[in-house]
Amino acid sequence: MSGPLVETRGVEKRFDLGGYFWQQDKPVVRALNGVSITIEKGESFCLVGESGCGKSTLARCIMGLLEVSRGEIYYQGERIDLLSAKAMMPYRRRMQMIFQNPYASLNPRMTIQKTLEEPLRFHFPEMKNGEVHDKVEEVMTSVGNDPAWGTRYPHEFSGGQRQRISIARALMVDPDFVVADEPISALDVSIQAQVLNVMMDARDMRDLTYLFITHDLSVVHHFGTRVGVMYLGALCELAQTKTLFDTPRHPYTQVLLNAIPKLSTTELTHTPMLGEVPTAIKLPSGCVFHPRCPYANERCSREVPTGTTLDDGTVVACHAVEENRI
Amino acid sequence: MALLEVKNLGIEFPMRREVLRALQGVSFSLDAGERLGIVGESGAGKSIAAFAIINLLSKPGRINAGEILFEGRDLTGLDDEAMRDIRGNRISMIFQDPMMTLNPVLTIETQMIEVLKAHRNISDNDARKIAVEKLREVAIPSPEDRLKSYPHELSGGQRQRVVIAIALLTDPSIIIADEPSTALDVTIQAGIMALMLNLCKSHDVGLILITHDLAVVSQVTQRVVVMYAGRVVEEGPTAEIVTHPKHPYTRGLIKALPQEGTAGKRLNQIPGSMPTLDAIPDGCAFHPRCPHADDVCRASVPEIVRVGNQFSRCGKANELAEENSL
Repeated sequence: MSGPLVETRGVEKRFDLGGYFWQQDKPVVRALNGVSITIEKGESFCLVGESGCGKSTLARCIMGLLEVSRGEIYYQGERIDLLSAKAMMPYRRRMQMIFQNPYASLNPRMTIQKTLEEPLRFHFPEMKNGEVHDKVEEVMTSVGNDPAWGTRYPHEFSGGQRQRISIARALMVDPDFVVADEPISALDVSIQAQVLNVMMDARDMRDLTYLFITHDLSVVHHFGTRVGVMYLGALCELAQTKTLFDTPRHPYTQVLLNAIPKLSTTELTHTPMLGEVPTAIKLPSGCVFHPRCPYANERCSREVPTGTTLDDGTVVACHAVEENRI
Repeated sequence: MALLEVKNLGIEFPMRREVLRALQGVSFSLDAGERLGIVGESGAGKSIAAFAIINLLSKPGRINAGEILFEGRDLTGLDDEAMRDIRGNRISMIFQDPMMTLNPVLTIETQMIEVLKAHRNISDNDARKIAVEKLREVAIPSPEDRLKSYPHELSGGQRQRVVIAIALLTDPSIIIADEPSTALDVTIQAGIMALMLNLCKSHDVGLILITHDLAVVSQVTQRVVVMYAGRVVEEGPTAEIVTHPKHPYTRGLIKALPQEGTAGKRLNQIPGSMPTLDAIPDGCAFHPRCPHADDVCRASVPEIVRVGNQFSRCGKANELAEENSL
């Protein structure tokens, strides 16, 4: 099968904020404004951006947890955003998700064994008890957990252990595609490395494709094959990880890269970005970044930039880059 | 003489069945105008150490050993009245989440004037002038108007700036900042840390920065204290510790960070996780996770030893120092 594993085409997502029925323009949050990405098989595609930029919303739209307002989502060439719940079922098995907070994503009243068995019994009702048990044991061992944990409850485990249990739960049904939404943000530094290693091992052993959402760029550098940078519901830049870190093109990417705290022996120097983050309720006209962009001109405030593909395959949505001004 | 000197501090929490030792033999000092980082993972005791300085320990926690000398005076024995004169006045505190620190039903003005009137005999008008001046120092645009705002009308970054302004109101000689930028986005975090760095320098204020983020510490502080399971495990000049850590734990923490050159490879993880207070192992608390542990490490708690300019609580610090450290 050729072609990308997952593809979004011009996905838009709006959330209504109520308002009265006679109101002409009801307030809406424009969380996604025409985002198109492709994720190839075997990739670790990273989405980065600050809170409120729509990275989690995009992931949830792909997973079918949110309905898209406009645009299309494809999985192995099949359009999945319009499927009924029943028709979606086979895709749900192939797409699994790992959430940020392992304290909230595990049911506190279910033993680990039950938690891990549930997806199997749901997707493969014909499976025999023995097979289910073997599978639980196999997956638990593969993520570095002791299978004897099965009889215990989530509260008995530390954050890192819980996150490894969440990873095991996602892997139970042998997915092809795993969405990880800030899987290590809630964990301590020494534990982050453990969990990242488990995820990388799983990728190599099971031929997984990841969509990895994070605000931590140093993790992206380490983990990602390609990176999409988002700002206010729009994709600013899409590039190979190395290219993005070596030559960031979009002004926002440059700001973001400069802001990462790095281990250093010199003191912090910082050039503040212009203005404040606008809200997604009143989006700026034209390029959403233009009020904060040092390179903005009149065209930027008028016209929404479309992605320009550069020679090295990087896609940048910026008039200044397109016109060779930066 | 140091401005603040914590000597051999011990804090315990008597529980129903046992007494949990949250801190044991913690010593560090801060000179006037110096910037000190306290680093450790959650549960290491870094916040408790700071809370103890200004007598904000929550019950049943209590200081069971040691002294805290501020300008030569022991703070551990002070009554509430005398403590109020120091807390929020000579020593200010900045907490992680500005939304929790600010009172949501009072305007910024009320909250700022309240602080000044609590510590000084001052008229409302004079207090307002000082408030405006401090808001200007933390780069809040149009400070006079902002005084009338409620916290929810400000963005996260601005709220934290207001909190910093409040901490500066009484011209303290020490600011204790507990994860001041952790709840903020990277671009805003960089701005806040740069602001704190500049303010501390221009006002000659001492800073105790508590964080889990070694990168932030390396860019802002001059000296750093690394804590593990209630004890100081390493102390020294920041630049030396981030380049040549002497304690195996610090070394592990730094190696676990994704850095340039590690892309795509497995990270060096520290196995296991930090012990909880009711299960601190005998001997060196780090020995179950330490690659260099032997019988001596398992038998007794190592003393702090001096290695060059650094201090390390490791029996093998001198041996390890000879190896190429990172």
